[in-house]
Amino acid sequence: MNWSELLSAPLAFKMLAAAAVVFAIGAVALKNVFHCALSLAAMFFALSGVFVLLDADFLAVVQILVYVGAIVVLMIFAIVLTERITSASVRQTNYLVIPGVLLCIALLAGLVSVIRASSWPSLESGPQQDTIKIIGRQLLSTHVEAFEVASVLLLAALVGAVFLGKEITRK
Amino acid sequence: MCGGRRDAVAGRDAGGVRLGRRGERTTESNMGLIESLKFIWLFLPNLMPREFYELGVMAVAFLAVVIFITLMVLFMVWFERKVVGHMQVRRGPLHTGGFHGWAQSIADTLKLFLKEDIVPRGVDRPVYILAPLIVFMSTVVAYIVIPFSKSLVARDINMGVLFVFAVSSVTTIGIFMAGWGSNNKYSLLGAMRVAAQIVSYEVPLLLSVLGVFMLAQTLSLSGIVEAQKHVWYVFLQPVGFVIYVIAGIGEVNRLPFDIPEAESELVAGFHTEYSGLRFAFFFLSEYANMFVMSSMATVLFLGGWHGPVLPGFVWFLLKAFSFMFLMVWVRATYPRLRVDQMMAFCWKILLPLAFLNLLVTGLVMAAV
Repeated sequence: MNWSELLSAPLAFKMLAAAAVVFAIGAVALKNVFHCALSLAAMFFALSGVFVLLDADFLAVVQILVYVGAIVVLMIFAIVLTERITSASVRQTNYLVIPGVLLCIALLAGLVSVIRASSWPSLESGPQQDTIKIIGRQLLSTHVEAFEVASVLLLAALVGAVFLGKEITRK
Repeated sequence: MCGGRRDAVAGRDAGGVRLGRRGERTTESNMGLIESLKFIWLFLPNLMPREFYELGVMAVAFLAVVIFITLMVLFMVWFERKVVGHMQVRRGPLHTGGFHGWAQSIADTLKLFLKEDIVPRGVDRPVYILAPLIVFMSTVVAYIVIPFSKSLVARDINMGVLFVFAVSSVTTIGIFMAGWGSNNKYSLLGAMRVAAQIVSYEVPLLLSVLGVFMLAQTLSLSGIVEAQKHVWYVFLQPVGFVIYVIAGIGEVNRLPFDIPEAESELVAGFHTEYSGLRFAFFFLSEYANMFVMSSMATVLFLGGWHGPVLPGFVWFLLKAFSFMFLMVWVRATYPRLRVDQMMAFCWKILLPLAFLNLLVTGLVMAAV
């Protein structure tokens, strides 16, 4: 992959990618925490559009269903319930901002170098018609261990949430 | 009831209706005109760049959907008032327009259009202004995949059901924006109740639909309807259907689950601060959402467009409006629940029942 390839990408991709970057910056840089959460939701929308362009329609729909419909809603719920951060615009940064930026740049550099080094096998098989069936088969055959581990993790999280939510009465 | 449906049909092919009115003598020239229109329609993709054609098709589909939603909501509001009125031994709207007050909702709409657009001083302006648009858009987008008949569907994507539930879950964010942006404690309380309610009721709703997926072996809405050619899934999935009805009513925040806008406690919930056209958007999307739930019930459980004699979309609309009637009936029958009752019902009764339904469906399918 080189830069000329990026320039010849479809216009829709350029717009979606630019929107994703802008909203991602907004999610960390905006003054108001509520606006940050909304910006994050918009970023997920742009990402979902990129997935559609890549013919990954299942991923696009799940991105909206899970990230926008559940995770951002939970974040907003937490923000609204926390009185102090919604009442006034509080500072979004602390003394860790410079190490954070450095870490991000390092991560970006690492990703770019890996992406540019790998040779991308281009499969000219055209769009898949029934992605959902393929994903289901893969999940329950090739990736069944990961699938089971993830479900155990979710169960542990569920039990933990019940434990935290329940008032503990000491005798 | 017929009026709304005929209007909707006329809205879809207004050209044909206008041609028919010219009378018998000009039939031949009309036929010629129709033929030439068909010719232009078929060759339209070759006349312009593909992007323009695609955009044009999208614009036409969007316009058709918006017109349909408007007519359907106008009819539905009047219908609901009449039905609830008669169920409560009243008459409902009676004067505007002459026949049983049929023009009442049109008059109400005009009033909403003419009202002053008020933006209170304390609101978070961009959030406050964007909120009704996001709620409305996330509802309209769902109509793109609804198959009104075998051919009358804007886009038949292969995971239509998931798409509908995904875009309607975005409504929650719009409602939260309205409640938080209004800077009003009643709005905020209403919005928080909505979020808790929609997130909770989405779980049994999706689980009840999973049984249908297992039987149909597809997520495409058209595919699911095709699979019900002989037996409707309401007979194979009765428990799933009951769960769907209850969770669906919870999902669209209607009585008896309308605690987000409980008048006796919260003034009007999340849209307390909205007036005029902005309020109209919330109102429109509430009813439009009702129709989405009804048409999903039609597609998933009631056999979609299948039915004898009448054309497909007539059957579809008949079934969808019957489901809407059921929702109105429920509204007129049951009192509003308390918040804790509603949540306990969702998590302690509906959810285990939905899991049980899934398990039994799987066992039966494995045995057969």
